[in-house]
Amino acid sequence: MKNLIPLLVVFLILLLAGGCSESSTSPESPPSQHSTLYYFTWSDYVDAGVVAKFEETRGVRVVIDTFSSNEELLAKVQTGMTGYDVVVPSDFMAGIMGRLGLLAELDLEKISRVQDLEPHLRQLSFDPTNRFAIPYLWGTVGMGYNADVVTETPTSWEALWDPKFSGRISLLNDEREVFGMALQTLGYSLNSVDPQAIQQAKHKLMRQKPLVKAYTSEQFDQLLVAGEVVLAHAWGGPIARAMREHPSIRYALPEEGGMMWTDCLAVLASSRQQALAMDFINYLLDEEVALATTRRLLFASANRHVRDRLPEDIRTNTAVYPPNDMLTRMEWLEDVQEAIRYYDRAWTELKVH
Amino acid sequence: MLNHRSDTSFAFPVKVSLLSAGLFLGLFFFLPLILVFGVSLASRGMYGGITWIVTWENYQRVFDPLVGMIFLRSLFLAGLTTLICAVVGFPLAYCLSRASKPWQLILLTLVMIPFWTNFLVRTYAWVLILRADGILNSLLIGVGLLDAPLSLLFTDLSVFVGLVYGYLPFMVLPLVVAIERIPPQLEDAAFDLYASMGGMFRHVLLPLSTPGFLAGGVLVFIPSLGAFITPYLLGGGQNMMLGTFIQQEFLVARDWPFGSALSFGLMGTVLLTWFLLGRMSVEKEPS
Repeated sequence: MKNLIPLLVVFLILLLAGGCSESSTSPESPPSQHSTLYYFTWSDYVDAGVVAKFEETRGVRVVIDTFSSNEELLAKVQTGMTGYDVVVPSDFMAGIMGRLGLLAELDLEKISRVQDLEPHLRQLSFDPTNRFAIPYLWGTVGMGYNADVVTETPTSWEALWDPKFSGRISLLNDEREVFGMALQTLGYSLNSVDPQAIQQAKHKLMRQKPLVKAYTSEQFDQLLVAGEVVLAHAWGGPIARAMREHPSIRYALPEEGGMMWTDCLAVLASSRQQALAMDFINYLLDEEVALATTRRLLFASANRHVRDRLPEDIRTNTAVYPPNDMLTRMEWLEDVQEAIRYYDRAWTELKVH
Repeated sequence: MLNHRSDTSFAFPVKVSLLSAGLFLGLFFFLPLILVFGVSLASRGMYGGITWIVTWENYQRVFDPLVGMIFLRSLFLAGLTTLICAVVGFPLAYCLSRASKPWQLILLTLVMIPFWTNFLVRTYAWVLILRADGILNSLLIGVGLLDAPLSLLFTDLSVFVGLVYGYLPFMVLPLVVAIERIPPQLEDAAFDLYASMGGMFRHVLLPLSTPGFLAGGVLVFIPSLGAFITPYLLGGGQNMMLGTFIQQEFLVARDWPFGSALSFGLMGTVLLTWFLLGRMSVEKEPS
């Protein structure tokens, strides 16, 4: 009966689509003496102490469930009956979910911490007035490297094409990130919707493929620590954590600009605990709470007061906080709408040849 | 199966069990299958939802040469996995079925024990074994066979090793059953008639264990064809396989209709293989 497994996978996805199945963490029946808040977030994105304190002070229970990609979050939320209250979409996905009517309008009077946002995280194009989402943690995409082997600091994405490191380079396993990086080296925007530009990027990536050890979004930090790769296209946070295990690991941002992202806090329109959810968001953005979160996760906080209170080694680590002069040069990933088809096709071609 | 009975009126308990089996299949197999088929005829919504515009386009895309290459690669790797499982599994199954009873129990338990651990964990274990500073490379360097570590992880080879490891028991168990049915006296008889070791294997063991090979072959080939975890973790995202491709369509490209059509393409391939194997076994059956 092993042969049914691929079928079963599709089948489970469809069950979810039909809303016939409820995940194990969905609410039982709403009226209980303790209210329960369902928090749907990225894996390894929570400081347990912070959540425990919220539970204690508010007399509620917080149930945490995790996802590993924005698309997974969207797919789950689109089924309608998830039971989650607070979710953490990234910038462009917050825009999509807002437009699809999946997010509740935030009550900014209750979320007073919106005043404390970092200046560069205000009035972002996907939600300029924080109607649906408030930036929570943010960071960059750049290059993690092992300074024992990569002795010259990489200054450009072109380092990822350096034959010296053949077989010891890893890229993120994400079509937009990888193509965005290649598009930047060619002088295009990482949000290009021009099929010609995407083709050019594909050819460039095909030349790079023989040098690439792996396309992975989950294992690059471990591979770097283990010495399997020496140069990794990477998110800053995991690299900052890898530095603690391996002192010769460094992080560099490319002169082409690189990419900036922010994960946002939002409340689902279907949430039955809107007031509690807003309270939770305000709590997570609180200076003390945000400080504890950043110290543990090593992702930069959207609360502008946090940075000055962090220990020197975190505050000056470019994998956590990029240098100020880089901020203006970085690009945000935007939804490319129908052009995603060109990316899909080119990505598949890259992976087949 | 009950089709050898001449009368078609079953006793009450049989009726109940047939009904419940039918209900189970209908509810948990055919209904979802129909749902998937329905989705495969729809169109992709802008943000990954489904738009109910009926189209054959998704099936046309399945026959795209690019997708064909993914099918061919997966077929090749699944075929090779099945072959190696058969070659490695046969001696093991033979020893198992010819061992004395207590030993047989111990050996069978040893074959089954890995199943007590989650498949994902076992696949991750291969990452630790195969990587540059992993167990295998350290061992080979330690005994002086190598100077520098071999690049083993994230290659087609590591995917292949993972598949063979994962599905070998599915080949061994049916083979044990088949070989146990062959009386050892037949082997002695062959030797008495001056058969060599190879001759005995070719003319006695191999033909008589064909049902085991076929059953094991199906059990290994089909899951390796659609395998997802192994190519995802051990393949380093380098080369697209069917399982990873379908996952990409559902979760990354947000194209559920095309993903569903691909799943039907996979099912079609599996059914075709099954049909061909079935014909082979009918031809092989002694009349």
